[in-house]
Amino acid sequence: MHLVVCAKQIPDPDTPPSAFKIDEATNSVVPAPGISPILSQFDGIAAEAALRIKESQGDDSKVTVISMGADSARAAIKQVLAMGADEGVLLNDEAFEGGDSYTTAKVLAAAINHLGDVDAVFCGRQAADWDMGQVGLLLSEELNWASAIIAKGVEYGDGNISVQRVLTDGFETVSTQLPAVVTVSNEFGEPRYPKLPQIMAAAKKTVTQLGASDLGLDPSDVGASGSRLKVERLYIPETDSNVEFMEGDTPQEQAAALVQKLQADKLI
Amino acid sequence: MAQNILVIGELDGGAASTTTLELLAGASSLSDGGTVGVTLLGAGASSAAASCIGATVAYVNDDSEYDSFRGDQWLNAIAGAVESSSPDVVLIAQSIVGREIGPRLSHRLGTAVAMDCVSISNEGGATKATRPCFGGNAMATYGFETSPAIATVRAKSFEILESGSGPASTEELPGAGESRTVIIATEEATSEGLQIQDAPVVVCGGRGLGEAEAFGQIEEIAAAIGVDKAAVGASRAAVDLGWYPPSQQVGLTGKVVTPDLYLAVAVSGASQHMAGCSGSKTIVGINRDEEANIWSFSRYGIIGDYKQVVPALIEELKKAAGN
Repeated sequence: MHLVVCAKQIPDPDTPPSAFKIDEATNSVVPAPGISPILSQFDGIAAEAALRIKESQGDDSKVTVISMGADSARAAIKQVLAMGADEGVLLNDEAFEGGDSYTTAKVLAAAINHLGDVDAVFCGRQAADWDMGQVGLLLSEELNWASAIIAKGVEYGDGNISVQRVLTDGFETVSTQLPAVVTVSNEFGEPRYPKLPQIMAAAKKTVTQLGASDLGLDPSDVGASGSRLKVERLYIPETDSNVEFMEGDTPQEQAAALVQKLQADKLI
Repeated sequence: MAQNILVIGELDGGAASTTTLELLAGASSLSDGGTVGVTLLGAGASSAAASCIGATVAYVNDDSEYDSFRGDQWLNAIAGAVESSSPDVVLIAQSIVGREIGPRLSHRLGTAVAMDCVSISNEGGATKATRPCFGGNAMATYGFETSPAIATVRAKSFEILESGSGPASTEELPGAGESRTVIIATEEATSEGLQIQDAPVVVCGGRGLGEAEAFGQIEEIAAAIGVDKAAVGASRAAVDLGWYPPSQQVGLTGKVVTPDLYLAVAVSGASQHMAGCSGSKTIVGINRDEEANIWSFSRYGIIGDYKQVVPALIEELKKAAGN
């Protein structure tokens, strides 16, 4: 089996709000000093799901990790390689820059077609930067494959993939034929943490770099020029920060003061 | 400028869901005199259509095959409603339906979708969609290069219309066709009693509690306020650690709640969490960290260790209830 993991490098979502800055002129996030970008956490979980299937299938199975991004995205690829993926592909081209979810899916689909023999693609349920959660589904539409989203469990057998999906109030197990795209949620569990020998081994694994011409893409169809959705304004919302702290020498006094306030406001 | 809007509705126990009614209220004001269509699929759809205040036309099919959501079956039916209503804007709830239909419909119509929006505006016929991003640290306003503009909308972004007329006409959509997806099993994981989305008070525990057992005290706070009034929530960190069931998770990847009172105990107030509760009327924090992000959203706060504050609070709440 050939499984693909789509991995995105993003600004660390645990960046403290005080260090989170926006350049309103370019509608972009200013990298916080001293905080390295990371592999989007949901993509790490997607990699875990793919690796578990590979391990259940034996030696002739392969996991390829694909990332579209700048040269720095090699770090995200290396992380998934250290987890146990076999090969990496970096989709790096000026033409890809400034795109939306649609153009991202278009480039990823072209890369998956380029690989040729892919049985299933695993994505995080959403990237933890723009939080859109649509590239996996757009990819399944581009490829005309089945899809199952927001998985907390994934199993493979007899040419079918069965996915336990998270619903608003419960779970649902669905089965679909391959090839398929699966998006994986945090309910799946924590991804494995690579140890030093695996990180060393990952450094030796192949990472192929591909651009628009390698994939047969017209540069005007991708990136900013192919985008259908434009960010017109990116800003930090103002928060209401007139907090009133309860005074008192003991927790009992503070609690009593709070209960009084809540009663006065008719909240309890 | 008038716009035609199509709302992809959902049924909840045979009636139009709350979010469907919210979307119709939003659609009604956005349409500026254009048509407002609503699609309803599944058992009870035709009769539920009458309650859709704000809609001018309903597109329905009562096939119970639609009751379990399968994206490919729904998309085929929705395509019929799109063709018939020529919408400028399509609105869908940010539910399991919207998360799948939004992107797939956008691709099939050669257009784009903005996911998880909190406001939609009609600026002289151009649709603008605003949504939180970067885990709630930022907001982005989007414009569309293609038509129709499609948006999935977060729960409680619009207020339901209390009065008005329902659809003047109804059109029949096709019944469910084949699906590539087979549903093998479903498992309900609803909590008993009051649901967190409906509760006027939500008491929420976070990672700072340090242990699963501490949720017993969070439940005691809710009980002291009243079981008919207060429900218990948990942050994603607490749920991921297995301290509380996923059905109670509040936040970006959990539920959105807008109670009158949101009491956050040992919750740091990460943007991803606040995305699920910042619409609450009054937020109160109990946290030992003077620098915690929760204070940026709070009306009242107690700085202190919850292990001391919570027992005192439970006692004071019980006293107050006794008066």
